[in-house]
Amino acid sequence: MQYAILCYHQEDVVGSWSKEQDDAVMAKLMVVQERLVKQGRLGPVVRLLPTTAATTLRKDSDPPLVIDGPFAETKEQLLGFYVVDCTSLDQALETARELAAANPGGAYEIRPIGYFAPNGGSTK
Amino acid sequence: MTDLAWIDAALSSARPQAVAALLRYFRNLDTAEEAFQNACLRALSTWSKNGPPRDPAAWLIFVGRNAALDDVRRAKKRTSLPDDAAISDLDDTEAAAAERLDSADYRDDILRLLFICVHPELPATQQVAVALRIVSGLTVRQIARAFLVSESAMEQRITRAKARIGDAKVPFETPGAPERAERLAAVVAMIYLIFNEGYSAGRDTVEQRAPLCDEAIRLARLLLRLFPAEPEVMGLTALMLLQHSRAAARFDADGQLVLLDDQDRKLWSHALIAEGQALIDKAMRHRRPGAYQVQAAIAALHAHAVRPDDTDWTQIDLLYQTLERLQPSPVVTLNRAVAVSKLSGPAAALEMIEPLANRLGGYFHFHGVKGAFLKDLGRVAEARTAFDQAIALANTPAEAAHIRQHLDKLNKESVS
Repeated sequence: MQYAILCYHQEDVVGSWSKEQDDAVMAKLMVVQERLVKQGRLGPVVRLLPTTAATTLRKDSDPPLVIDGPFAETKEQLLGFYVVDCTSLDQALETARELAAANPGGAYEIRPIGYFAPNGGSTK
Repeated sequence: MTDLAWIDAALSSARPQAVAALLRYFRNLDTAEEAFQNACLRALSTWSKNGPPRDPAAWLIFVGRNAALDDVRRAKKRTSLPDDAAISDLDDTEAAAAERLDSADYRDDILRLLFICVHPELPATQQVAVALRIVSGLTVRQIARAFLVSESAMEQRITRAKARIGDAKVPFETPGAPERAERLAAVVAMIYLIFNEGYSAGRDTVEQRAPLCDEAIRLARLLLRLFPAEPEVMGLTALMLLQHSRAAARFDADGQLVLLDDQDRKLWSHALIAEGQALIDKAMRHRRPGAYQVQAAIAALHAHAVRPDDTDWTQIDLLYQTLERLQPSPVVTLNRAVAVSKLSGPAAALEMIEPLANRLGGYFHFHGVKGAFLKDLGRVAEARTAFDQAIALANTPAEAAHIRQHLDKLNKESVS
């Protein structure tokens, strides 16, 4: 089963890391990622630009409304995600714990994937 | 990252919000800063034991406020006459405080905190120093290092500036729309000053001063989260991100400034360029052009050229014309002349800048640009005179060294 591990963290905290601190966290995460790659379990890894770069299209009005900023004003923001192949929720949690040890603070939402189309679902 | 480093990052990111809210409670900058310091000390011991709270800023505001109130109460017990006036404003229940923490007050709190640093009587560099101390929470030592002065000199400067701010009437009422716009414009300009303090550093000082660029970008992102639909805040942030994206390519191994045309574009940060471009795209949608947006758009055109020859000078010329309309200045015209020289040749560009000689005669860049045009026209002697004048007017050793490169090239070319 594919799981998405959605990374939530306070982006002003992450944004106040120095480049050295940021690089150090990324290097630690890379160790975990490489292990997952070797096991053939890692899919796409995404780090999003800050929510200040986001724009939201509200579809609940007609025509849809364009709003500056992220969809949800929350204390922690969605900063990125991993797609990982796991045999069970336990294994997904274990993987998330490994990532968390490399990058403490914030939260991971572990979310099973229902439909995964890395190439847009094209059958060609 | 260790827990302690994480706590440190959490404290510094919560600082603007927490100090700003404490300033609103206590209406006194020293009390607010002291309360924040106390809260940080408690955070260090509590958070390392129990883990960080969900909302560090709210935690710090609560604890800071209570610690300061305890101090007031203790002082009250010691003195025979209780000074009720000192705390009469602060009798809100915890619930009321919690309600306030969730309200949009934060936005005006932080804007106010930034705005009091932009005191009209303070020279620009002092505004910047005091903002770095109060808002960003850099230590006096860090600021002194960035400004290349001794710690005691900087301590004195900040103390004096803070006294000035303390004497001024801090505007605590919630600002109306025009005041808010005015404050925002002043704060945006101050943040760009912080950035330029870092960006204008030469190779010898860039290590000390470059953190100012990061800090300015951090403050701009903070402002953008508070005012997500302000195109000029987007423009400022984009401009700084795009300029900063070139940081790794701006100096060569010998510490010489590398011209945009000669930079190794592989060293540019593509994440910063992408973020800058995203913000310009967002800003343009508002159709409220401003000077920062236009400058950011120019920087983006440079950033998108894979090779110098790919630069879209026609677009850049048009953008500079827009900037001349928005913010008429001989310096903008001078910059446009560089685009014109690429499009129509150095003769047309030289003709364009000659009328500026009166107003820009004392400006380093004027003579540098003029020298470059003259050199391209083969008027070697005149070019040399212009470069000499530029060196005489250089503000930093890096600027002088940069012109000397031109002179060296000129000498080599005229020999061969």
